[in-house]
Amino acid sequence: MTDIATYNFAYLDEQTKRMIRRAILKGIAIPGYQVPFASREMPMPYGWGTGGVQVTASIIGPDDVLKVIDQGADDTTNAVSIRAFFRKVANVAVTTDTATATIIQTRHRIPEHPLTAGQVLVFQVPIPEPLRFLEPRETETRKMHALEEYGLMHVKLYEDIARHGRIATTYAYPVKVEGRYVMDPSPTPKFDNPKMHRSPALQLFGAGREKRIYAVPPFTDVVSLDFEDHPFEVQAFDQPCALCGAGNVYLDEVILDDHGGHMFVCSDTDHCEKRRADSTSPSWGGRAEGAGGENGQSSLSSIPTPALRADPPHKGEGKEAE
Amino acid sequence: MDIATQSIDGGFAEPVFNAQAVFRAIMDAMARPGTVQPLPQRARPPAPLSATAGAVALSLCDNDTPVWLDQPLQAEAAVKAWLGFHTGAPSANTPADAHFALIVNPKEMAALDGFAQGTQEYPDRSTTLILLVDDLASGPSLLLEGPGIEKTSMIAPPGMPRHFVEQWKQNTQRFPRGVDIILAAPGSLACLPRTTRIKTMEA
Repeated sequence: MTDIATYNFAYLDEQTKRMIRRAILKGIAIPGYQVPFASREMPMPYGWGTGGVQVTASIIGPDDVLKVIDQGADDTTNAVSIRAFFRKVANVAVTTDTATATIIQTRHRIPEHPLTAGQVLVFQVPIPEPLRFLEPRETETRKMHALEEYGLMHVKLYEDIARHGRIATTYAYPVKVEGRYVMDPSPTPKFDNPKMHRSPALQLFGAGREKRIYAVPPFTDVVSLDFEDHPFEVQAFDQPCALCGAGNVYLDEVILDDHGGHMFVCSDTDHCEKRRADSTSPSWGGRAEGAGGENGQSSLSSIPTPALRADPPHKGEGKEAE
Repeated sequence: MDIATQSIDGGFAEPVFNAQAVFRAIMDAMARPGTVQPLPQRARPPAPLSATAGAVALSLCDNDTPVWLDQPLQAEAAVKAWLGFHTGAPSANTPADAHFALIVNPKEMAALDGFAQGTQEYPDRSTTLILLVDDLASGPSLLLEGPGIEKTSMIAPPGMPRHFVEQWKQNTQRFPRGVDIILAAPGSLACLPRTTRIKTMEA
């Protein structure tokens, strides 16, 4: 660890940390409100989690245990590089185990394992403003939040129903926090929205390029917007994880070959590996649904995966996460 | 000890790690209103500023944050010199200009609505009040509910501002505007963010 002396602990200088810490405290005091902050350039491009990294760097201490996930996985590029970054600049313990982590930085998922009090979940957020694609002017969206004028968001959801017969928004599904602010839960699948509601963990959101920090304290109401006759519902999968057999978890589609072979596996790699290591859980032995071409397409169409969602991908989505 | 020596002594021994530890205690207290976070002594400010309040100021204040001091602190040149040396924070001319307010005598303090409340567009532009209290258990009980609290929680700081329950009710009704409070007791702290509602107060 000779090179750690080159940097301040956790990379950021102390004045930057104080500025971010003040923003975090305001964010906690005003749940769902986006606090502007003086986002710094980080040694990684916008879109790779600069907001989340700045939040994590400002709260992390030498005793913390850090877990980083990217779409639920601990072993993808974004997660591996951010974990290595903090191991280098803060010399902290890192883990892939959800239960033992004190800080979990995440890109677009909430772990399947229930979070506990004392844990902090740090989200990387690309576009923090839920109204941005409905109203591009910051001055206007700010006024809409000030006046609690969220009719436009309901019109957007209604247009979904008019066009598709159901609310077709499947990720970044707008929520109302503590009955006041409409908030973008970051592009998590709406499958994870219910986990935000009255979670025992503190949830912090950092958007580096857009320079906003917001927060949801523990045990805070987070309600997904819906209509009486079109209540909010999460994605349902008609088959369990092909590796560990878990139901009621969010699944990723993995393409196996170029003949339509594919399988659905847990998006949360830690959860999946734990279940497979635990011999008491039913193992599906890596059964691949539709491998070899039979029955390949029929199960595909009924399962809303990011690749198949009805609404068109918009700007600032996908790898644009901060 | 002369003022020059007093103002230089008593800062964080390890500025980076101490500031982080103090901030985490404040963050946990703000996220879970009513919980008491232990805070070992890390700063030694001149009296009447307490070690806890001094540590909070060191971890959050700098040249971006005007700080307002109440009358007993204002009268103490050593306190001003200490804060000035260690944080570089300018002093706020009026409570309404302050990002932080250090209040050593909450009983006699100005009304909560005299401090910066933020605006409807920018509710974060409000004052965070750091109130020095003797402890968090010997005063009238405050039963709390709101975000960060599973059901209810309770603290009982003595010597709170006059008509505090009524003033706080008005503060929560101003949401999203309003002030947040950090209660600095010897060896521990607790927070009351503007979302916290006081249900009842037993005499």
